[in-house]
Amino acid sequence: MKNQLIPAVRLTVVLLVLCSVVYPAVVWAVAQLAPGRGEGVQITLNGRVVGFANVGQKFDRPEYFNSRPSAADYHADGSSGSNKGPSNPEYLATVKARLDTFLLKNPGVTAAQVPAELITASGSGLDPHLSPQGALVQVARVAAARHLPAASVQALVQQHVETGLFGPDHVNLLQLNLALDALASHK
Amino acid sequence: MNKELLGIGVLFGSTVLLAIPLGRYLATIYRGDKSWTDFLAPLERLLCRLGGIDATRQMTWQQHLGALLTINLVWFFWAMLVLCTQGSLPLNPDHNPSMSADQAFNTAISFLVNCNLQHYSGESGATYFSQVFCLMFLQFVTAATGMAACVIVFNALKEGTTDKLGNFYDYFLKSLTRVLLPISLVIALVLAFQGTPMNLAAKAPLVTVQGDSVNVSRGPAAAMVAIKELGTNGGGFFGANSAHPLENPTYLTNAVENFALVLIPLAMVFAFGYYLRRPKLSFMVFGVMTVSFLLLLAPTVYYEMHGNPAIAHLGADQHLGALEGKEMRLGAAASAYWGITNTVISCGSVNSMHDSHMPISGMAELLGMMTNCFYGGVGVGFLNFFVFVVIAVFISGLMVGRTPEFLGKKIEAREMKIAVIIALLHPLLILAGTAMAAHLYVGNPTEYAGWLANPGYHGFSEMLYEYTSSAANNGSGFEGLGDNTLWWNISTGVVMVLARYLPIIGPVAIAGLLARKKFIPESAGTLRTDTGTFGIMVFFVIWIIAALAFFPSLALGPLAEHFTLYAR
Repeated sequence: MKNQLIPAVRLTVVLLVLCSVVYPAVVWAVAQLAPGRGEGVQITLNGRVVGFANVGQKFDRPEYFNSRPSAADYHADGSSGSNKGPSNPEYLATVKARLDTFLLKNPGVTAAQVPAELITASGSGLDPHLSPQGALVQVARVAAARHLPAASVQALVQQHVETGLFGPDHVNLLQLNLALDALASHK
Repeated sequence: MNKELLGIGVLFGSTVLLAIPLGRYLATIYRGDKSWTDFLAPLERLLCRLGGIDATRQMTWQQHLGALLTINLVWFFWAMLVLCTQGSLPLNPDHNPSMSADQAFNTAISFLVNCNLQHYSGESGATYFSQVFCLMFLQFVTAATGMAACVIVFNALKEGTTDKLGNFYDYFLKSLTRVLLPISLVIALVLAFQGTPMNLAAKAPLVTVQGDSVNVSRGPAAAMVAIKELGTNGGGFFGANSAHPLENPTYLTNAVENFALVLIPLAMVFAFGYYLRRPKLSFMVFGVMTVSFLLLLAPTVYYEMHGNPAIAHLGADQHLGALEGKEMRLGAAASAYWGITNTVISCGSVNSMHDSHMPISGMAELLGMMTNCFYGGVGVGFLNFFVFVVIAVFISGLMVGRTPEFLGKKIEAREMKIAVIIALLHPLLILAGTAMAAHLYVGNPTEYAGWLANPGYHGFSEMLYEYTSSAANNGSGFEGLGDNTLWWNISTGVVMVLARYLPIIGPVAIAGLLARKKFIPESAGTLRTDTGTFGIMVFFVIWIIAALAFFPSLALGPLAEHFTLYAR
């Protein structure tokens, strides 16, 4: 073992250079060509950074499309899910309370129209998306709060549905809400 | 057909199609034949010269294990050193603290054994230095260690009688330079161009549209996430692992990451056949693994896409499935596929929270880790499967009254003893660990109240999952478990060490012993191992030994929860 120890230490040092210096340096260098230059894709409004395109943020005011419940309360330096099991009574009571609150804030909507993502927390606590239904069910409330015609708010949601060949359709809430602000200011 | 189901179908199909040529390529490079990557040979020679290593010397199985264990020991001390001092080391713009000794012990072991159980959260518990120079480094070298161990076994099963089984460093370095580094580079760049950060800056403070102040954690994530998946490590850069929208920004990155973690374990199966020039044998192994994989996948996809009955009871719309702990860009089907691939393969990264999955899905994930050989981790998954093949050969040999032989070598008492010890070690570690933890908890529920995030059957599942994940070197968790305590750090650390090295030492020893035996050419009296019949035999040996040992514990946890949840 002794005559293997020294080569093992030397090889470790050499591999540290290869795997932990050369490899990340190459990735970093090429990533400079990527959108956001490896810093994450930032969204600016009037010269101020208002968010990262891929990182969800909290929207809970009536005049915005609201985001999902979050176990991390959208603190983007402490991602986490709720880790609540499906049969946990305390958790199910929370879900019921969220549903009741949502129905209260959105008069005219029935429970069967509320998609489950609006009453369940995401895995990261930073989910930037809703399903199209998750946004559409909020149209009436948002339109009323903004004094906008429901049809134009609904059209805005439709424009922001991202769809692909595979996987679920979804809506990026930050982009949708920014477009909503723009629409309201041009009224 | 549903777009979500179509997505996972296409993903699995394309992974298999690419794993076959990769398997052929792996066989070529490990055999030392001419290949198109020979232009890297000068680099490998340079690494050897700088490291002071002779990569041409033939080694016996004992020398192989000596080299493997020595360099692993060096890595352990390096990891402990970095993790205990990371707070004062450079590249720590967020001023995160050093780890406590027990947490550092757990983390060092966990990354050293390719498990990547994480009792810390990346954003606050690690620094850029420790992520890159300790954790990501170990993700590369431990994957290469597993692949090298697997090739030693391939080599020992060749025709003829020998105790010269190639050179450990040769296999190890080629795995790095010709497989892991180049493929990781491609994946890291795909991630970076899809929006995964690759920088060294501190958290970005900003005020959101609504006016809340938040700090957005970033870092050199793209490089690490690539090898985390490709090397079936699973240790994420951020706390939420691949559920985090920076670690896994789009449906495409999700597909690429999921592809990466399945690729090498599958390719190793095909490499086995090409290496020994017995491709039919590979197809037998692939068939058994795939049937078992699909048996676990199907119920998980079904239950995740059908939602939680307790929430259906409230009247909400669950046509997109059970969404607690899931991300909307990925959806229920891709989350279920990810959950099962990451547990049958000992990667253990997550893109949704397993703790919130339906009980039957949780059970399928547990079974994936309890059997731990349906594809399995890079290299080591095949070694686990090999142990079950040895047992199946012995049993079926006795059933038909023939001398048990595998690939022209007699399997005798000594090999059988090793195989059975390795096969039974896994349930022993898991069940003994869970029993002790449950005993502690029941003895003093107030003192240990912080352990469990969920009451009842599900709480038991959380403890069972933690030991299963440790013993399978998987690293995923029912993360509701409050696991950064002295008990969990030390006990899972011990389980991880035993469950990594013994299942490497055992199969290498068996193979080394077999290689030295007289070679008996195939005849009419030989038990054929590349047939469907033998495949069925292996299938039942695995399910009876591995799965049934755990049935009582599954009945107490996920099964009991399932029947309560669906009975209302």
